[in-house]
Amino acid sequence: MKEIIHLNPPNIDEKTIRSLKNGDMVSITGTIVTGRDVAHKYLKDTFVLNHPSQQEKDVLDQLEKHLSGGILYHCGPVVAKDENGKYRFTAAGPTTSIREEPYEYDVIKLLGIRGVIGKGGMGAKTLKACEEFGAVYLHAIGGAATFIAAKVVEVHGLLKKEFGTPEAFWIIDVKDFQCIVTMDSHGESLHESILQNSRKAQEELNATFK
Amino acid sequence: MNSKDKINGIMPGNRVDLFVEFIKEASTNLPPDVRKIIEKQKSREEEGSRAQQALGIILENIEMACTRETPICQDTGTVIFHIHYPGKESTLVLRRELTDAVQKATEKGYLRPNSMDSITGENPGDNTGIGLPVFFFDETDHDELEIKIMLKGGGCENVGAQYALPHTALNAGRDVNGVKKVILDAIVQAQGKGCAPGVLGIGIGGDRVTGALLAKEQIFRDLNDKSPDLLLAQMEEELLEKGNKLGIGPMGFGGLTTLIGVKIAKMHRIPASFFVSISYMCWATRRKSLKIHDNKFEIS
Repeated sequence: MKEIIHLNPPNIDEKTIRSLKNGDMVSITGTIVTGRDVAHKYLKDTFVLNHPSQQEKDVLDQLEKHLSGGILYHCGPVVAKDENGKYRFTAAGPTTSIREEPYEYDVIKLLGIRGVIGKGGMGAKTLKACEEFGAVYLHAIGGAATFIAAKVVEVHGLLKKEFGTPEAFWIIDVKDFQCIVTMDSHGESLHESILQNSRKAQEELNATFK
Repeated sequence: MNSKDKINGIMPGNRVDLFVEFIKEASTNLPPDVRKIIEKQKSREEEGSRAQQALGIILENIEMACTRETPICQDTGTVIFHIHYPGKESTLVLRRELTDAVQKATEKGYLRPNSMDSITGENPGDNTGIGLPVFFFDETDHDELEIKIMLKGGGCENVGAQYALPHTALNAGRDVNGVKKVILDAIVQAQGKGCAPGVLGIGIGGDRVTGALLAKEQIFRDLNDKSPDLLLAQMEEELLEKGNKLGIGPMGFGGLTTLIGVKIAKMHRIPASFFVSISYMCWATRRKSLKIHDNKFEIS
């Protein structure tokens, strides 16, 4: 089995990211931020396509603090609140990343993100962002929600609560959150190669339906 | 055998409490047939491979969710009830009580607040709304009330497909081989979106609505059963075997286990239409049945 590489967001330097190759196993300990469909659309619409208000700029500042050199997690968690009003993640697996494909290039660029965690991989434009800005796509185990929630040791806070629980930005501390690199910063995607192989197999299998 | 594979008991005073328990079981305790197949497939994958690691984490997660009574997957999906009721039951009352239970289960964290207004995006926070939760009612001619629940996650629901035959691009005609070709295509298309290994529910025929419903109903079937129709049973077996030769593997990491089940049913169609409807269910195949009869209940 391969050696595990440790990442400590939000202090990940470009050199570390450039050294990662598809198939590498990483273990993440540090602060990361969740964001999915509404969050991505919000970031692009507000900060890339328009002139944000001061209030929105403050949100961006907060996000940059945790995401510049950091990791964005495609996740809409189930969150419990204890008697002291403190939040706790009870289920927090990755959501399907490809839905964020129209936005991710701009989001990586905007915030200086070094890693995106999700499931299923992303497309050519995100792969280009990984190559251009020095980032990787990290695959978590889809559906392993309780397992991953146990790696979330603390919920720091949330931004854009009005997006609703699944869609808000949750700022969380994780410990030993393991993922596999499936899109590296050198233009390679494990998903693309498996897709091509499966299409070839599909053609061969189609010929057996007689 | 897990001690929680079946729960029996005497009906409590308030039926809603039992319904909440039933929803909790669906969200936190994966059915034994699904668990066993994942265990079997883990031992078949190459030692130390990404595929085996992925299945290992999946199994660990299943165990933890059951012990901690937290959701197996955070996407607790669309809550779907199929209800077979004796004539003496009121569908209005059942609808009200089950909706109440869904709200309570959401409050307790067994369900994520998933319902949102399709235009405004507003989330009421309790999994209710226009058309949610989903109900299907069938009156039966015996005394038992059976409520089936399915929690259908969005990642896998999004990759469901409906093909109209003939399908030129796939060279799929209006025959058994055409049906097989489009099903194989749906598996290839689903990779990276629905969490593999998955279960395929397939409905051949019908119209766009009834075919899709038939497909989804197949996901309620035990993974070890076979279609009573000999030809369909053969197709199920062949497509399971060939689908697993696509090399997509758990999580799309590559490997031997792309599917853990293929369940097919057919219905009549009209001459002009030939639909093949495919419902994809992720490995977190969350379905349970609650039977109530004679003041006793059983959740399985």
